[in-house]
Amino acid sequence: MINESIIIMRFEWLISLMIVVLFILNLMGVDKKPERFMNIVNVMLIINFVAGFIPIKDGYLFQGFYHTTALIVLEKNILNLGLLLIAFSAKQWIIESKRPAEFFMLMFSSVLGMYVMLSSGHILVLYLGLELSSLPLAALAAFNTDSRKSSEAGVKYILSSAFSTGITLFGISLLYGAVGNLGFDAIIQHIHEDALTLTAFVFILAGFSFKMSIVPFHMWTADVFEGAPTPVTNYLAVVSKGSVIFIFITVLYTVFGKLENAWLLAISVLSVMSMTVGNIFALRQQNLKRFLAFSSIAQVGFVLVGIAGASNMGTDSVVYFLVIYLLSNIALFSIVEAISDETGKITISDYKGLYKSNPFYAIIFTVALFSLAGVPPTAGFFGKLFLLTSGMGSGMYVLLGFATVNLVLSLYTYLRVVKAMFIDKEEERMPVVKKSLLTNFVLAVCLIGIIILGFAGVFYQYIDSISSQL
Amino acid sequence: MNILSLLILIPLLTVVGILLVKSDQLVRKITLAGSALQVIFASWLTAQYVSLRHAGATAQMLFESSRAWFRPLGINYHIGVDGISLVMILLTAVVVLAGVLVSWKIEKQVKEFFFMLLLLSVGAYGFFISLNLFSMFFFLELAVIPKYLLIGIWGTGKKENNAMKLALMLMTGSALVFLGIVGLYFASGWFGGEHTWDIMKLSHMHLPMNVQVILYFLTFIGFGVFTGMFPFHTWAPDGHSSAPTAASMFLAGISMKLGGYGLLRVATYLMPDAAREYSWIFIILATIAIFYGALATLMQKDLKYMNAYSSVSHVGFVVLGVAMITKVAFAGAVLQMVSHGIMTALFFAAIGMIYDRAHTRMSNELGGVLKQMPFIGTVFIIAGLTSLGLPGFSGFVSEMTVFVGSWVHTGIFYRVATILAAASIVITAVYILRATGFAIWGTITRKEYALLKDASWNERWAAVLLIVGIVLIGLAPFLFMHLINADVQEIFNHLHAG
Repeated sequence: MINESIIIMRFEWLISLMIVVLFILNLMGVDKKPERFMNIVNVMLIINFVAGFIPIKDGYLFQGFYHTTALIVLEKNILNLGLLLIAFSAKQWIIESKRPAEFFMLMFSSVLGMYVMLSSGHILVLYLGLELSSLPLAALAAFNTDSRKSSEAGVKYILSSAFSTGITLFGISLLYGAVGNLGFDAIIQHIHEDALTLTAFVFILAGFSFKMSIVPFHMWTADVFEGAPTPVTNYLAVVSKGSVIFIFITVLYTVFGKLENAWLLAISVLSVMSMTVGNIFALRQQNLKRFLAFSSIAQVGFVLVGIAGASNMGTDSVVYFLVIYLLSNIALFSIVEAISDETGKITISDYKGLYKSNPFYAIIFTVALFSLAGVPPTAGFFGKLFLLTSGMGSGMYVLLGFATVNLVLSLYTYLRVVKAMFIDKEEERMPVVKKSLLTNFVLAVCLIGIIILGFAGVFYQYIDSISSQL
Repeated sequence: MNILSLLILIPLLTVVGILLVKSDQLVRKITLAGSALQVIFASWLTAQYVSLRHAGATAQMLFESSRAWFRPLGINYHIGVDGISLVMILLTAVVVLAGVLVSWKIEKQVKEFFFMLLLLSVGAYGFFISLNLFSMFFFLELAVIPKYLLIGIWGTGKKENNAMKLALMLMTGSALVFLGIVGLYFASGWFGGEHTWDIMKLSHMHLPMNVQVILYFLTFIGFGVFTGMFPFHTWAPDGHSSAPTAASMFLAGISMKLGGYGLLRVATYLMPDAAREYSWIFIILATIAIFYGALATLMQKDLKYMNAYSSVSHVGFVVLGVAMITKVAFAGAVLQMVSHGIMTALFFAAIGMIYDRAHTRMSNELGGVLKQMPFIGTVFIIAGLTSLGLPGFSGFVSEMTVFVGSWVHTGIFYRVATILAAASIVITAVYILRATGFAIWGTITRKEYALLKDASWNERWAAVLLIVGIVLIGLAPFLFMHLINADVQEIFNHLHAG
């Protein structure tokens, strides 16, 4: 039994072990030499990432409270990749922040929460994971203690998080009242489309929407994104959001599968609002972090189109798209970070003429933006179109109409930045930014990923082969 | 590997080549060599195709091959060519080579410029050889964004606005196309038993009329935007006028043909019932485009705008030919695509050469150019004569074929449309002759024009290449007809059997 639990819960054990190691290193004072400490952490992260690929059998633990399938393993691996790349690209900033041990303890705890959440087979475990994943994030958002904006971001995040928690919990209790049990299997068996269940569902949906920053539950996003230190923003936009979307599909398709007729409409409305509001507000932003915040709101809208597909294709396209989304955003945030750390420049108009001063960054930035906009030959083109194709599968024609309009709108928003970098004349030339090797490595990985994933259909095929067992 | 893939591979390898070298001159040379190789390869391919047909090959598509891309979604890299795609490929190869030659003197960000140009050609080749709707769409979109950057970075005038307008309008067009092809994918599953993006399979399915109607309009309008079909043409004059010469050549010469090809191969071929029932709407639009385009051209003083508006008019013949749904009109439409592609490229090349020297494109500011620059002046005149449909040049044959094909219908509606379209030729003659009179003939209006130099070697080669194409189609249209006839017949039969 113990052996089995170690094998099946390998991801959780490993990350817990890493947290313990961090404690020990902290006690030994290794984190006073940040450079050395970072190297140790990076090695741990690499081991963690590689270990994720050791084959693991599907299985249940604790009477179904915890379970794992090939798809869940893949999702955890994707999160691991995000964690690894973000930590790599943030190295310089973490060293300068002088508190690396704290940073990683919080980060790892949050990831642990995500693992638990993804593997949950019971609503309470899910809730536990969700909270464990978001509480450390509030501390991380406020990590820059010198900056007022950062503290504000922390407060905003914790408040909105608490609010969404309250709503979710209320929904959960209603659900318990309606079904009499909170295990996934039991709910699937006993759920019916009645008023109480629907109310419960609406509250739970609202709770999730907060975490995914779906309009109209997105109010916190831009401020927190802007205020939090860039690596944390990156983590929030990519890993945190990705993990919630992963579990959201599972819950929607399996637990609430019988309510499909009801939630299809809800999801469609949320999707249209997210895409439209995200795109329109992104148009007005000057600060790149805020711009990316609204872009991520719009992107979630597109993900919801795929989710509305309500089929295997829905899962396939969402997981596939999220990998591309992860790579694109990490590239974008890493560059924003590299440039703002060194020059303090963070607005779109600062990026005018970037191609002339920093061609490498400008090209990768453009490719990543195109990937988000869905322009070939980047993988984002396929990702986005598969989402739309999936949406069409359930016959949501109106939704699809809105999505295509938004596709054009989003192109406009992203081209605005491309225009600044390549076409606009700069008033003041941006200095050549010193390139850190690790950041460049991350950018190269993202770039290769963004291009390759579109041409190699194998990855999509793999997702398809495992997605039937949510 | 299938030999057709070389069409994509050669420009890609050329791109790799130019990325590896530092010197601008070397970049130019590599691009030139790559583009010349394209022309040679495309010609060789055509020869192979013809000899295979002569040997009795009966398959609808030759050199066909298919490879899984996204297997769970039925997306294949499925390629193959028939006569229609082959002439388009030839057109692309010739225009790209001419474009490279004309852009020889570009100094600003040379590597990036040719990179974009080559990327566009990859999109065009891929589009013409694709037999899978999704991969076709991939290549169609691939040919949008480089245009934005080409105009935005190397363009002139209100380049930023015009580039953005072009990108957004084309993107909207392609969004409509996308809705159409996704619709086809699902409809094929619901009504045909198998979800597929494959053009050949889709053509054998019989979709219900109401489904066809929706998809027909989506795809026709979507591709229509690319063609510059009235009233979705407004990106074309603005985009063309701001683009650098080679990009204008590419835009009018090839990009608009992507749309025309899509109208024929996707909208009409795959939705035959809807096409027969509703193509009259597009006949009206095409007739308006032809007439309105010609009238609008009359008003233009800027030579580039003039050519851009006349393109709207000339491409109207393509839409008209497709919408008429007769065998001869189809053939005319295909021929007009090639003819207009070469002619407009030549026109833009000539205007570009004049602008490079005189620094103006206003016909009233120019004058007497012919004396100083006999070669460039002659090129301009030849392009003009082709445009107004002088026999012996390609414009005459192709437009005539469309008229003849249209006249087959006896209804008064079709007759009126044909007559109106034919009448536009008179207007064309007016503006062409006027522009030529102002800009090319006459006495020198400014002293500094006396110092202008005639075409350089690269410009001469580009012009000669295109003129050979024009004359070849004009004098020996049967060569091309021979190539496309069987395929046009196939599309026609399909529409009739449907």
